[in-house]
Amino acid sequence: MEATIRIRRFNPDKDKKPYWATYTLKDCEPTNRLLELLHRVKWEIDGTLTLRRSCAQGICGSDAMRINGRNRLACKVLLQEFGEKATIQVEPILGLPVVKDLVVDMEPFFAHYRAIMPYLVNETPPPIGEDGKPRERLQTIEARERFDDTTKCILCAACTTSCPSFWANGAYVGPAAIVQAHRFVFDDRDQHLQERLDVLADPDGVWRCRTIYNCTPACPRGIEVTRAIGEVKKAIQTGKRDY
Amino acid sequence: MKIHQFDTIILGAGGAGLMAALYASRSVKVAVISKLYPTRSHTGAALGGIGAALGNEEEDHWEWHAFDTVKGGDYLTDQDAAEILAREAIEAVIELEHMGLPFDRTKEGKISQRRFGGHTNNTTGKPVRRACHAADRTGHMILQTLYQQCIKNNVTFYDEYHVVDLIMNGDQPVGAVAVCLLDGSLHLFHAKAVVFATGGWGKCWEVTSNAHSMTGDGAAITFRNGIPLEDMEFFQFHPTGLYPTGFLITEGVRGEGGVLINGRGERFMEKYAPKVKDLASRDVISRAIAIELREGRGIKGKRYLHLDLTPDTVRRYKAEAGETADHYTAHYIESKLAETCDQGRTYAGVDPLTEPLPIQPTAHYAMGGIPTNVNAEVIANSESRVIPGLYAAGECACVSVHGANRLGTNSLVDLIVFGRRAGLRAAEYARGAAFIALPSDAGRKIESELNRIRTATGSTKPYLLRKKMQSTMQDLVGVFRNGKDMQQALETMRELRREFATNIGIDDRGSTFNTDVLETWELGCLLELAEVTAYAALNRTESRGGHAREDYEKRDDENWLKHTMVYREGDESLRVDYKPVTITQYQPKERVY
Repeated sequence: MEATIRIRRFNPDKDKKPYWATYTLKDCEPTNRLLELLHRVKWEIDGTLTLRRSCAQGICGSDAMRINGRNRLACKVLLQEFGEKATIQVEPILGLPVVKDLVVDMEPFFAHYRAIMPYLVNETPPPIGEDGKPRERLQTIEARERFDDTTKCILCAACTTSCPSFWANGAYVGPAAIVQAHRFVFDDRDQHLQERLDVLADPDGVWRCRTIYNCTPACPRGIEVTRAIGEVKKAIQTGKRDY
Repeated sequence: MKIHQFDTIILGAGGAGLMAALYASRSVKVAVISKLYPTRSHTGAALGGIGAALGNEEEDHWEWHAFDTVKGGDYLTDQDAAEILAREAIEAVIELEHMGLPFDRTKEGKISQRRFGGHTNNTTGKPVRRACHAADRTGHMILQTLYQQCIKNNVTFYDEYHVVDLIMNGDQPVGAVAVCLLDGSLHLFHAKAVVFATGGWGKCWEVTSNAHSMTGDGAAITFRNGIPLEDMEFFQFHPTGLYPTGFLITEGVRGEGGVLINGRGERFMEKYAPKVKDLASRDVISRAIAIELREGRGIKGKRYLHLDLTPDTVRRYKAEAGETADHYTAHYIESKLAETCDQGRTYAGVDPLTEPLPIQPTAHYAMGGIPTNVNAEVIANSESRVIPGLYAAGECACVSVHGANRLGTNSLVDLIVFGRRAGLRAAEYARGAAFIALPSDAGRKIESELNRIRTATGSTKPYLLRKKMQSTMQDLVGVFRNGKDMQQALETMRELRREFATNIGIDDRGSTFNTDVLETWELGCLLELAEVTAYAALNRTESRGGHAREDYEKRDDENWLKHTMVYREGDESLRVDYKPVTITQYQPKERVY
């Protein structure tokens, strides 16, 4: 089958402003991923087309793009969902500066991630086994399950760059950083709950979320992002993880 | 060229690189240089588990893990390395838990363990629960946890800096050259110790589980700087790549009870590995699948078989084996094998809860690579002469702990155990060493090569060379091999390398985020490694582990119980010599599963 791809292009070395370019590909398979089609454009037609990608199977988080108006991973979108003679529109994710074509500057995104203390803190000496060597800290199946959903996050930025509150104010830490914080707030092995909640209660923290709900359908991992943000808000209000 | 100075530089930010960084940064000034953001590294694609004889679910011992690793490696494994791997795996997994890794839990709250291929109770020969896991995203959680710890410890990162060369002063490594993707500038990283943790090269093949970025940069770079490559003929084909993409379906599926089924509806592994069946080592199962396909027993006559993990099937076979399987429900599968369910639904249009997955063998893992000793020190020759200040760990390295075939879960163990050793040893070396001057022409050679690519106007687009390389390796240097095919593959790789050097043409002449140039440079690395692979495979006239020859069907310990070391002689030709295998307590014997 044939596919037409309309791509938002911008090369700072030569373009004054972004423009749309259209490419038609023949002999496409319905099961082709959009990423494969973008590769065909780059490899067969125009080598200057620039995008990030690595695993091509939805786990590395490199290729989040705005695809027909929705944030998705190009490697998790199959051509067949667009029907015969499809036209697919592809642009960079919004709210981060465009570097070139589909590549945006990810530094502000990762700065927000680093700001929420994305690491476990537990200063109690670990248990010692019968052989005198350290053993794992015990955790119940239920306690582990409590934060399972948010451990799936791959930091692709699809949620954060779908959020109108983030578009309006880039200082807002954004859904992805809160998802990552949730993973530690609700992990009962962590001992820095209050410090975490203080960071998230900052004026540019969770309260910038207006529950617009764009983030949840944007997540390629199926994480219930808005719900996770709501749970963090509750933890702040109650000062507890088991509110 | 901008010059930076660090005591130790770590090239690559997957599991091995981040582990090395954590340990080295405790005592010296460290930078991690990576062509990807660290969380994009391919460690994140590892699924089913990390092996360690914790004994949380049943009796287990690290000595059993060591033996299984040696046997899995078809006795090419260096046994001192296997013992270190198995022993240190236990503390490594416990350390990951302390760092926050969200392992699944047993009823007692301990780390949950599942079965995996080739991991056995050495008394009964039956599969043992040794693979510690976080659902089926264990690699993702390891990568995330290690990156989190690096943030906590303020490790310095150069993200999206693509390393393109090693800087040597005579025989001494003194740093590395990297391209900043953002603006195309070249940077010289001056260092006392250099750690390669740059991953594998599955992109040499057409059907592979590997990421696009798995282009063997580090192994190609060291090879170009006069360092040999070890055991390159051993490349693992994982039995269960999704059809047709080749994406990895975890062995954890079979660990949980999933079974392989051919076009006649037979559980064919009963025939090839009567004792452990679907949990034999990967090389054994990939060969069985290749035979089933070759003999026309694919599904509907096509080039794939089925991996069935539906509750009905699994419960039936478990009942036959006298095991209870009440826990094996749709909900259980969905939580323990969440990624597998997503992969099947997204890429094969199959819901694994109700239908079997279509699978085929897929190029997966390099057992060979940059030769090191058990301290991750790179060695220069078959006498194991250490190159001071140079280290390698993870998939790019060949310790050799995986021998001729790696066991499932042992790649993650390798990253943690030998990544840590690399970090510790590199820091120790850097503490006692002075900076050796950069040569006056540092970076000039690679600068001119990158300029050649950037301005190339030849008639061959690089993707055509890549396609030809991948299809050739797939057809001629795959699960089964023979001399005639491999000779042809070797000649093809040489032609492609000549074409690459003289007649490529690219489009992007700019400086900003020029992936056209860097992808092309990566292709050069792949071509180099594909050539060495074909050469080493043609040279080894026996069958062992992942190297199965139709013209030499038997393992030949008398002549081939030794590691291959390949060296570049001039620009064109290759030379081989051999390094002995270290044997401690496990004498080679026939391998039966």
